[in-house]
Amino acid sequence: MADGASLAIPSTAAPASGSLKRFARRRSTIALIMTLPLIAVIGGLVVWPAGYAIHLATLNRRMTSFIGLGNFEILLESETFRMVIFQSVFFAITAVILKAAIGFWLAHMLHHIPANGQRKWRGMLLVPWVIPPALSTLGWWWMFEPTYSSINWLLNVFAIPSVPWLGEPWWARISVIIVNVWYGAPFFMIMYLAALKSVPEQLYEAAAIDGATSWQRLRYVTLPMMRNIISITVLFSLIVTFANYDIVRVLTNGGPRDLTHVFASYAFQVGILAGNIPRGAAVSLFMFPILAVIAFFVLRGVNRRNREEA
Amino acid sequence: MAQVSLRKIVKAYEGGVQAVKGIDLEISDHEFVVLVGPSGCGKSTTLRMIAGLEEITDGEIAIGGTVVNDIPPRDRDIAMVFQNYALYPHMSVYENMAFGLTLRKFPKAEIDKRVKEAARILDIMPLLERKPKALSGGQRQRVAMGRAIVRDPKVFLFDEPLSNLDAKLRVQMRTEIKKVHQTVNTTTVYVTHDQVEAMTLADRVVVMNHGVIEQVGPPQVLYHSPATKFVAGFIGSPAMNFIPARLEQASGALRLHLTQGISLDIPAARTERYRQHAGKDVLFGIRPEHLTDDKPTDKTNPAPLTLTPEVIEPMGMETLAHFKLDGAEISARLDPATPAAVGAPLRLIAHMDQMHLIDPTTDKVL
Repeated sequence: MADGASLAIPSTAAPASGSLKRFARRRSTIALIMTLPLIAVIGGLVVWPAGYAIHLATLNRRMTSFIGLGNFEILLESETFRMVIFQSVFFAITAVILKAAIGFWLAHMLHHIPANGQRKWRGMLLVPWVIPPALSTLGWWWMFEPTYSSINWLLNVFAIPSVPWLGEPWWARISVIIVNVWYGAPFFMIMYLAALKSVPEQLYEAAAIDGATSWQRLRYVTLPMMRNIISITVLFSLIVTFANYDIVRVLTNGGPRDLTHVFASYAFQVGILAGNIPRGAAVSLFMFPILAVIAFFVLRGVNRRNREEA
Repeated sequence: MAQVSLRKIVKAYEGGVQAVKGIDLEISDHEFVVLVGPSGCGKSTTLRMIAGLEEITDGEIAIGGTVVNDIPPRDRDIAMVFQNYALYPHMSVYENMAFGLTLRKFPKAEIDKRVKEAARILDIMPLLERKPKALSGGQRQRVAMGRAIVRDPKVFLFDEPLSNLDAKLRVQMRTEIKKVHQTVNTTTVYVTHDQVEAMTLADRVVVMNHGVIEQVGPPQVLYHSPATKFVAGFIGSPAMNFIPARLEQASGALRLHLTQGISLDIPAARTERYRQHAGKDVLFGIRPEHLTDDKPTDKTNPAPLTLTPEVIEPMGMETLAHFKLDGAEISARLDPATPAAVGAPLRLIAHMDQMHLIDPTTDKVL
């Protein structure tokens, strides 16, 4: 009671400056002030463009009137866009599965090489990931290009006929996936290698004594222990692969006959090249709700496992 | 039939370092054997070779009469409890315990019966649905033991299972392990660096040092008749005192001259045993509990000596006094009622019937 009375007196004497001082001294206020620059950067470079893209996607072509979900309705009626959806989903899912599988296999191989050789191999296997993708895709384009294709030359050496890598829709799709996997698998490899190193050796020993074969150790120890890192890398890669632009742009430019477009390259074609910015925005936002829902469930699972197991 | 035989076992690493140098050991069926020794003595390596987790460089290991050198761990019919428990963090306690049986394709009902029976023995019934993260250290240790029990293997292997527990829990779990062994009666090989654990648990203790076995025997034999200076110093806490001395003949009897001019009579019962070493320098070994304050009650071959304490440690049930005798640190166990003080000379008696003499050149107990 005495405390309450003594607190009440200064608040009537100098109310404004006192509470302002207290507000400024609070830890949360200091934290807010110190993170403000970052919040401003994220606001300016992420939140505002995203909000603006959503706003754009609801406008008509001349950006003069609000048409709600009109752009999305038109897109869904277009056969080309339905093809883009199929192609994007096929591209992203196939590429992510292959990247994860190859990355895991490479990580597993590397994990069993002694430390010295491991560093060397790790460095070499990371090379595709550090070359700017536009440049490396250009290199791949030369290897696929029909006239001077070195891959076809190699196939011919073994009496296998040339493959129309970029000329035929399915081969073009496969080519795009090959390049994306080549570029992205090292990222998975390095993440999985780190995860493999963090699995305690004694769990494998306990499993070996419990009667597990090497395959069962992988199935019952390694994979469950790596579930969180697998979930996060797959989610992250799925988002990045759905947004992939440079590989398709350089390798096929969406051709032949718009059959290899993904969301990003199609958005660029519709929005920038054809000048329909609102519809381009609608194309690029198409996957957003689906990926957001996937991300929500994946991250919730990761958090739950962290609470229960880590 | 689950005796374990180690014949001339060698473990050498790259660069020629030998962790285990050709040891022989026969462990009988149902026996509880503890391998004890300081860090790096080769005890864990030996256990891991029995488990099949380390390759054997040379020699032969047989479990239940079958040589297992080239048999993988999963086919050796052993179960192991690790120092850090090695529980699968993504599985519940039940799944952890059932894992080995599931892999061996046991029927569900049989798995359930065995897991519940083990959980009952170890008093972890209410924990079966929990994940290891939600358990305390002692509970995790019980689960790790449960995982071993359900398998009903030929041999249990324990690799320093109590090292990660606090002192109180360690004593409690030690009793639990002994009880479990009395219940299931499986041949057990247990590794520890703690001689108290070794003494309290073992039917036979194997003392190892620098990759060789120093002595094998029941705890009481190791305590009363150590074979080497190492065993004498390792078994018992506080450690045995070693005092440089000279053994001299004095008209039919033997006397021990300590360097500070203190002389102690050798009991008549030991005279014949030590006579051949008369005139030689020896190490006089006596445990702190056999170097006590001078009480008129217990006088079996008492030899009086007066020393000045440098440190006094009252422990409640007893008081430890530390002295220096010509460079040798020695300690004595006193009655807590004895008015001992630092710097004040104190009359002690050495219980010479419990003495040991050690050859300082070979470190063998004479």
